[in-house]
Amino acid sequence: MVQITSPAFKRNAARALGDAGLQKALGKAKGAFLQRRAEAVARLPEFEALREIGRDIKNHTLANLDVYLEIYAANVERAGGTVHWCSTAEEARAAVLEICRKAGARTVTKGKSMISEEIALNDHLERHGITPVETDLGEYIIQLRGEHPSHIIAPAFHLNREDWEADFRRMHTDLPADRVFHERRDILAEARTKLRERFLAADVGITGANFLIAETGSSVIVTNEGNGDLTQTLPRVHIALASIEKVVPTLEDACTLLRLLARSATGQDFSVYTTFSTGGRRPGDLDGPEEYHVVLIDNGRSNMIGTEFQEMLRCIRCAACMNHCPVYGVTGGHAYGWVYPGPMGSVLTPSLVGVDKAGHLPNASTFCGKCESVCPMKIPLPKMMRHWREREFERHLTPAAARRNLGLWAWFAKRPGMYRLATRAAVGALRLLGRGKGAFRSLPLAGGWTAGRDLPVPEGGTFMARYARMQRGR
Amino acid sequence: MSRDAILSAIRRGLRRGPLPADQRAMIEGRLATHPRHLIPARSRLPRAEQVALFIRNVEKEFGTVARVPGAQDVPAAVADYLAAQNLPSRFALAPHPELTGLPWSSRPMLEFEARRAQPSDAVAVQHGFAAIAETGTLMLPSDAARPTTLNILADTGIVVLRASRIVGAYEEAWDLLRAERRDPVTGGFMPRNVMLVTGPSRSADIEQTLELGAHGPRRLHIILLDDDPAVLPAA
Repeated sequence: MVQITSPAFKRNAARALGDAGLQKALGKAKGAFLQRRAEAVARLPEFEALREIGRDIKNHTLANLDVYLEIYAANVERAGGTVHWCSTAEEARAAVLEICRKAGARTVTKGKSMISEEIALNDHLERHGITPVETDLGEYIIQLRGEHPSHIIAPAFHLNREDWEADFRRMHTDLPADRVFHERRDILAEARTKLRERFLAADVGITGANFLIAETGSSVIVTNEGNGDLTQTLPRVHIALASIEKVVPTLEDACTLLRLLARSATGQDFSVYTTFSTGGRRPGDLDGPEEYHVVLIDNGRSNMIGTEFQEMLRCIRCAACMNHCPVYGVTGGHAYGWVYPGPMGSVLTPSLVGVDKAGHLPNASTFCGKCESVCPMKIPLPKMMRHWREREFERHLTPAAARRNLGLWAWFAKRPGMYRLATRAAVGALRLLGRGKGAFRSLPLAGGWTAGRDLPVPEGGTFMARYARMQRGR
Repeated sequence: MSRDAILSAIRRGLRRGPLPADQRAMIEGRLATHPRHLIPARSRLPRAEQVALFIRNVEKEFGTVARVPGAQDVPAAVADYLAAQNLPSRFALAPHPELTGLPWSSRPMLEFEARRAQPSDAVAVQHGFAAIAETGTLMLPSDAARPTTLNILADTGIVVLRASRIVGAYEEAWDLLRAERRDPVTGGFMPRNVMLVTGPSRSADIEQTLELGAHGPRRLHIILLDDDPAVLPAA
């Protein structure tokens, strides 16, 4: 099981802020994503209209999810494939293991899949004597390092070029120790050579799925490297792992979502390889897998339907929310403590592992709203983080001091006269205390707050006082 | 059984039982008619401009295009490209009648076998089913005559494409497949595999900096056969 360290988010975040290598990697990587996305969106005047349509397609599908899943599964079977319905991570791991055993598999190659991380598939296969080989370049180095991805589309977001070189020297011991990596390209070439052997030797290929198409019974993967295609084409057996909310009705629906996905994710107009797989090898085909399996995984998602978190199931895993998040931008992905980082993780992780373990995550937000404004599926992420804070409060999971202060605040907030009096007194006192300072570096009774940030000295009176002045000036 | 558990959990969430017949019929109608959504204006162009847009987009994504006037010119275009790139003149060829029937003997130096790709192949020549101008994307459906390994295994991929097969949007390419293909297993149109390919393989996993040639072809070259009088390049 991927160990859940979300309860230690505060400690994780503090460590991340002090990690010079991580800060360097985050600084370099972030700007590139933001700029490329902005340019791709600017090249497509219909982008906003497509977001609305994409949201409606997903809403329609979720409102009829049972029907679309039934039709999807029937069409997979018509094409000679097998669907394995799995309620839990445990069932999904068992289903994959059984397919691998029946195939007599010793090694399996893997395309990038976040659901594979979620069900902790690699550990399970290894424990049962099957070697999983990650073939996405980023996933490959993460596996060499024994780590987990720090980003849902760029797993090695937290690494610098020096890390790649050092890890390749350490792990590829059959190559000359004094070889030189002049360019990033040389690192890529070495991985390509190493992984080529693994692609050819694998007995089973496992990929994820970006979409499932009900109309045709197809699973869709989107990659730039081509590793997913080698993974699913060369071995005798292909397993696609997919969670239930990946289904969309038709190819036309998928086209609309694909127009949003790459632009939001990497800022490309379209990814290099978008591949639709439907069943196994047909009579006369000269290549491709003979067996095609879909492991269809719920793992907590059906419980989100009909709740205030249903809209989260529209997510197409583009990562725009984390790329634009000021919190992710300084902590990186590992601090979030489970599989899904950033704003989408702050909503999804409490749904899947429980708010008792992941309550810090929806609190680790400035509510700046950037995530919602870039989300191609228009998911109201800040609103849902607020829902989690409410649930945490209702279940008495919020720390006692915070509850006490919230109670105090609520008492004043319900009595506007008292509230104005109190804020006027507080602002006055702070101005007096902070004369000539500009900002407080520490404050009595607010040490926890000022430990991580400064408090500006108030200027120009309370909000209500300023508002009243503005109204009079009209 | 987990199938029933998942479906009933979904229905519980939706606060209903199995969908009533009339609503189910609406869903089936939507699948049967598969309505199109908004298609971006960028590809709504006269034929000649659509082809020009396709070429521009392929080149933007680091692919290359050579236009040839007739089928008899394809072998020379393949030979010239391989020579210019300093590549061996041996390749795996898609066993498609439009390709195997070309006058290859006009270029006796070229050696090829019509088959799927093998790991040792440096060059593969594939048959292009259709292409999409909107993003410079090739549609390559698998078939006995169009093996998938030719798309991904060799270092250099060459695709022979007729200009008359270039459409504006993805939806139009799917409609070609819907109209032209019958699957021997399902009776529908989807083959085992359809790849939409936009440029050569790449990765940005090292410091989010783009490098070409990850696991698929490092080079993607399209030989565009000008078979459509409406789209002949301006003289």
